[in-house]
This record gives sequence, structure tokens and C-alpha cells, in this order.
Amino acid sequence: MLFLEGLTKTYKTGDAALRDVSLTVPKGQIMGLIGPSGAGKSTLIRCINRLVEPSGGKVLLGDVDLVGLGKADLRRQRRRIGMIFQEYALVERLTVMENVLSGRLGYVPFWRSFLRKYPPADIQRAYQLLDRVGLMEQADKRADALSGGQRQRVGIARALAQDPELLLVDEPTASLDPKTSRQIMRLLTEICAERGLPAIVNIHDVPLAQQFMQRIVGLRAGRVVFDGTPEQLTHEALTAIYGAEDWNEMRRGDEEQTRAEADARDRMAALAR
Amino acid sequence: MSAPDYPTTWRRPPQIIRDRRWRIAFQIGIVVYLILAIGSVEVNWARVYTGLERGQRFVLGFLQPDFDTRWRDISRGLIESLTMTLTSTVVGVAISIPIGIGAARNIAPRWIYYICRGIIAVSRALQEVIIAIFFVAMFGFGTFAGFLTLSFATIGFIAKLLADDIEEIDEAQAEAVRATGASWGQLLNYAVQPQVMPRLIGLSLYRLDINFRESAVIGIVGAGGIGATLNTAIDRYEYDSAGAILLIIIAIVMVAEYSSSYLRKFLQ
Amino acid sequence: MTEITHYSQVWSYRTTRGRLLLWGGWLALVALFVWCWQIMTERTIWAFVYDAPRQAADIGGRMVPPRWSYLNELWVPLWDTLNMATLGTLGGVIMAVPVAFLAARNTTPSALFLRPVALFIIVASRSINSLIWALLLVAIIGPGLLAGIVAIALRSIGFIGKLLYEAIEETDASQIEAIEATGASGAQVLSYGIVPQIMPAFWGITVFRWDINIRESAILGLVGAGGIGLKLEASLNTLAWSQVSVILLLILATVVLSEWVSARVRHAII
Repeated sequence: MLFLEGLTKTYKTGDAALRDVSLTVPKGQIMGLIGPSGAGKSTLIRCINRLVEPSGGKVLLGDVDLVGLGKADLRRQRRRIGMIFQEYALVERLTVMENVLSGRLGYVPFWRSFLRKYPPADIQRAYQLLDRVGLMEQADKRADALSGGQRQRVGIARALAQDPELLLVDEPTASLDPKTSRQIMRLLTEICAERGLPAIVNIHDVPLAQQFMQRIVGLRAGRVVFDGTPEQLTHEALTAIYGAEDWNEMRRGDEEQTRAEADARDRMAALAR
Repeated sequence: MSAPDYPTTWRRPPQIIRDRRWRIAFQIGIVVYLILAIGSVEVNWARVYTGLERGQRFVLGFLQPDFDTRWRDISRGLIESLTMTLTSTVVGVAISIPIGIGAARNIAPRWIYYICRGIIAVSRALQEVIIAIFFVAMFGFGTFAGFLTLSFATIGFIAKLLADDIEEIDEAQAEAVRATGASWGQLLNYAVQPQVMPRLIGLSLYRLDINFRESAVIGIVGAGGIGATLNTAIDRYEYDSAGAILLIIIAIVMVAEYSSSYLRKFLQ
Repeated sequence: MTEITHYSQVWSYRTTRGRLLLWGGWLALVALFVWCWQIMTERTIWAFVYDAPRQAADIGGRMVPPRWSYLNELWVPLWDTLNMATLGTLGGVIMAVPVAFLAARNTTPSALFLRPVALFIIVASRSINSLIWALLLVAIIGPGLLAGIVAIALRSIGFIGKLLYEAIEETDASQIEAIEATGASGAQVLSYGIVPQIMPAFWGITVFRWDINIRESAILGLVGAGGIGLKLEASLNTLAWSQVSVILLLILATVVLSEWVSARVRHAII
């Protein structure tokens, strides 16, 4: 359960990225965060685990206020929040297994992580997670040897290795092709459902959000301008979020993507023949 | 969430040498080498111990440098070093340009290419100090030998990088100029020069910087400049003067580095 | 097409002001050169300079044929030289790594105090050639290999430190952010987020510096810091030019070999 109360962020340059954002994410809910670029989506989720320091407001995870925690306490709280990144953000030169185990860093002392001597239970769990995301065979490969979709699966496994109570997901599909994007989104929603995990997903792809999210929040210029179910996300609501021009632009972009997908499918079919 | 069928141990697979035996042999080899190498260092600890007092005096000299007592020597050494640096860079770069053009495979005839690459290889293979020893033996002690040394070393540096640059120029531009019926000289002027000129200026400034540092070294073997002054100061155990000289060298190198990076940005 | 009359009739490469500045710049450079040349050659004894070709011919004549039998005396000094370079590089690396982390903008614990100190260490070490370090150290701790090793190490700090801190500053911030987000401690972020990213650069820089150090350690003997340079110094002092040529050829062969090794290793890593 996550409460945001009056969350505000003003950057040093004077740009107000978030203005008084209040939200509640109950257990097990997958919430999509949409909005034009620069609306503050990325800032919002980074304020939750304080990769970006909020300027004001409260972030309550359970009954702990994360704002104002000291360094050591913050680290302990960060373990409860798994994060999945846009460009995967795997440590490219480490193996897949090390990347998954790095999710345990907050739980093990330095010498264990340095010597790669993780507790047996952690290793067992890492294997289990790799199996869950379908990468059992790739454990010893280096992360930079994997494809985009595989890397994002490792990213998911790493976040889950933390035993999180909340998932923050930053544009999980921005660097993936449409087909892989859907696979990744399906995996994410399944995993959240299995564990009753709440998640906040930044997503720029509106149709994808409508397909997979239970609730959608629209941000514009740092303010919440829409909060409802995917069905409630009407043309008017989208215009409110994106502005008339951008929204039509996006729809055209999406049509293009659908056409491109159809085209790719035809070609694959032709190749298969 | 127990899952007894998953392994509970994991070892990071070896990244470079995959064969276990080779890896162990390699590690043993390193240890043996280190033991042998460290064993070959004979240290006279008594001498080191007495030397520590001098070391302390040197550190003190560095913290409280004495610019005054030997100022005449220091300023003369500095002027020698600075003039040597400038003249040798100018002459070195001037000679490097034809050699660099000659050493570029894409515009020079074969036989010229080999001669120029040969000159570059000789100039790069020899340490400045060794070249200085020879020039001092030939031309006598003093700045002239130092000037020749630095000019010679500059040729190897600038000509090589210039030649590599010319070899990497955009062929399309050269092709376009050639297509207009330009002569070889016009080709250089219109297609090559505009592309490599900014780099050449940058490299010359960088070399100016290196030449100053080197001028402080070759003085030790008799080629004049601040190095000679420094050598004398250390020989006389005047660590406060030596400290002053070192601080001046550091300061000039810092100023040169900042201003050359500024100038390079300004020129581009 | 009436606009054509607006174009200026005379085309010129640069504006008048630009051309004047350019010529002025060249003129200033020439004047500076002449002035410096005069100061520099004030104390030059030209008789020696005119005599140089004869001297060169004389030295050249004495250098060939090289006295090959002298090689047998050179193996031990050569071994010393190699050790000096390797141990010196090792020492330099050990000291340079913490300095680099203090100097890099993204890892320094204090940008106001420690970073300038680290940067000064790097500049100081880089400005002073290993031969000067050796000169000082021979005076302080006495002649021998140790002085050479320490000199090489001190000179290497600046080189390795500078390249390494630039590599640290160029690391991908998102990988570091991801490790931070797991709740890792500072040391863990370093060892998982940063170290793997700079490892190839680290090995490349180290091997590159080792290669340079072999060249430099060959001459440190000139000021008494041991190795093959001692033999060079002795041969020069006795004007045994046929031995000098043997030593130079041996140094050249070693340098070529070490350059080949370092190129191979760097190729294998990257």
C-alpha cells in the first residue's frame, strides 16, 4: 500500500516537475502513469524511492514515510521497492546471475557481495526467478550477450529478487519491438497478480496501457489530470492529458505502428513459407 | 517459497582463461614472478633510513620553497627552457608537415611514403633523453642540443598523427576536388588542408606542452634549460630551491594545459 | 532575377578584419620565434655546432661494429629494468586507483576539498618526468632499484589516475542508478555499478602504462636508479661507443617487444 501526499518536486533550474501530487495505490493494483514527455512521470516514480529527492510532501510505504529518512534507513526501505528501467539498466559486463543476485545487495554484507558468496537461499531464489522469466539457460551468460526482451526479463528478475512490496516500472517497453513489448507487459501483470504486488508503470504507449493496466493516472505538467479505469479513458480525457494536437499525433503514430506490425507479420509469414 | 529442485550454489564462470589448469598455472606464474622480482630488489635499509631525514627536508622544501636564493639560476633556466620549447615546436612542426604529408599513404607515392614512415619510426623509437645524449656529444653542452632533441622528437609525434589524420580524411571531399581537375597542390590546399588544419593546430599546442615537460628532463644530461638548474640544486642538496623549481614546472604545465585546451576550443 | 544585383561583386575568402588578424597572428609568431631563437642561442658556442658533422662521423664510426660480446653483461640489468617497470607500474596502480575515485566527479566524497587535492596529485605527478623523480629519490633513499621503482610508481599515478577518472566519469549512470535502487550500500554500488564498467579501461590503461614504463625505466640508470641505464651511463662515461650501440639495440628490441605484448593484451581485453 502506497500513499503519496502533496508530493512536489522543483529542480534547481526552477522547473516544477511535480505539483502537489496525491495518490493511493492499494495492494495488488497495477497503475499506469501516462502523459506527454516532460509531464513528470519519470520524476514521480524516482521520488518514491528517492533516486530523485522530492522538494516536499510525503511518500508513505505501509506506515513508513520515506521522505526525510537518513541514508542507512533509506537503503533499508529501498529494498522494499523493486525498480525496472527503460533501457534495462543491467550491469552489462556482469553475468545474468550476478545481475539477478544484485537485487539482494541490500540484504547481504559487503564481503558476501564482493566475493559473490551469496547465501544458498538467495541463489536458489535467483534460479527460481530466472526460471519464472524463462531464462534458466542463460544464467552464466554476460548481460550484454542477451536480446532486448531477455534483458528486460533479467531486469524483472532482479527487481523481484528484492522481495519487494512495490514495483516501480519506468517505460519498460520503450526500447522493445511491439511483440516483445506485449510479452513483457503480460509477464509483468502476471507476476504482480501472483504476488499481489502493487506496481506503478510509466508508459507512453496508450493502447498498451489500456490493454494491461487496471487503473490509469494521467499527468500533465506535474499535475494529476486524470484518474480512472482504462474504460474511462475517453477521447476527451486523452485530450486533457496530451492536448489536442499531441493526442492526434500519437494516434497517427499508433496507426503507423499497427500498420508496421501487420507488415512485419506478413513478411515473417512470407519468410516462413 | 521453497523450491528444493533449484541449485543452491553458483560460481561466477571464469571470464578470460577458461581452462582450470591454465588458470592455476597462470596464477602460480604471477606469484613466482613477483617473488623473484621483489627478491631482486636489494635495499640498503640503513641508507634508506638515513635518507628519510633528507626526504623530510625535501618535503619541507616543497612546502616552503625558496625562490630567492637561486633566482638568477632559476630564471635563466626557465628562459632557456621556454625559448627552447617554442623554437623547437615551431621548427619541429614546420618539418613535420612535409614529412606527415609524405607519410600519408593516400596522397604520397610509394617510395616517399616508406622514407617518411622510416624517419617517423626512428624518431619515435628513441627516448628524448637518449637523443639528447647524442646531440650533446655532437653539438656540445647547452640549449642548442636541447633544441635539436625536442625538434627531432616533435617530428615523430606530429608527423605520425598528421599522416594518420590525412589517411582518414573524407575521400568523398577529395574525390570532389579531384573531379574538378585540380592539381596535386590544389588537392592539398582545398581537400586536405581544411580537414586536418584544426587538428594540426591542436596537436601543435599539445606538443608545446610536452616539449616544455621534456625540456625539464633533457637538462639532466646536459642539454640546458630548467632541468640543468634542477640537477644542480639537487646535487647541492638545496631542496628548497629544488622544491621551488618543481612547483614552477607544475604551475607552468597546469597553465599550459588549461590555456591550450581553451585555445583549442576557441580555434574550432 | 533582380536580386542578383544585391550580391557583392568581389568574393573574398575571409573578411578584411579576419585576414588582418590572421596575418598579424603569423607575423607575431615569426617575431616571437626570432626573439626566442636569439635568446636561446646567446650562449651557444657555434664552433662546436660547425664541428658537429665531424663529431657525428667520429661517433658513428666508433659505434659500428657493435661489441656483441658485451651482451652477456646486459642480461641481469635488463631483468632489473623489466622488474623496475613492472613493480613500479604495480605500485602506481595501487596508489592511482583511490586517487582516481577521489578525482571523479561522480564518485568523489567531497567535491570541495578532496577532489582538488586528488586533481593536484594527478597534475603534479604528470608534470614531473620519471627521470626527475628518480633524480630526487636517488638523492633521498640512495641509488638502486628501489629509487627507480618508486620513481616509476610516482610518475604512473598521474597517468593512470587521469585516464581512470575520466573512465569513471564516463560510466553509464543508469546502471549505477539501478544498483542504488536495490538498496545497495555505497561500497556495493562501487563494486557492482562502477567497477565492472571501468574494468576494460583499467586493464587497457595499466598495460599501456607498463609499456611506457619499460621505455622510461631503461634510462633511469643514467641518474643512478639501477637497470640497464647504469650500463649505458658507464659506457658513455668511458666513451665506449661500441657498447653504447649494443645497449641501444637491446633497449630498442625490448621496447618493440613490450609494445607488441601490450597491443596484444589490449586487443584481447577490448
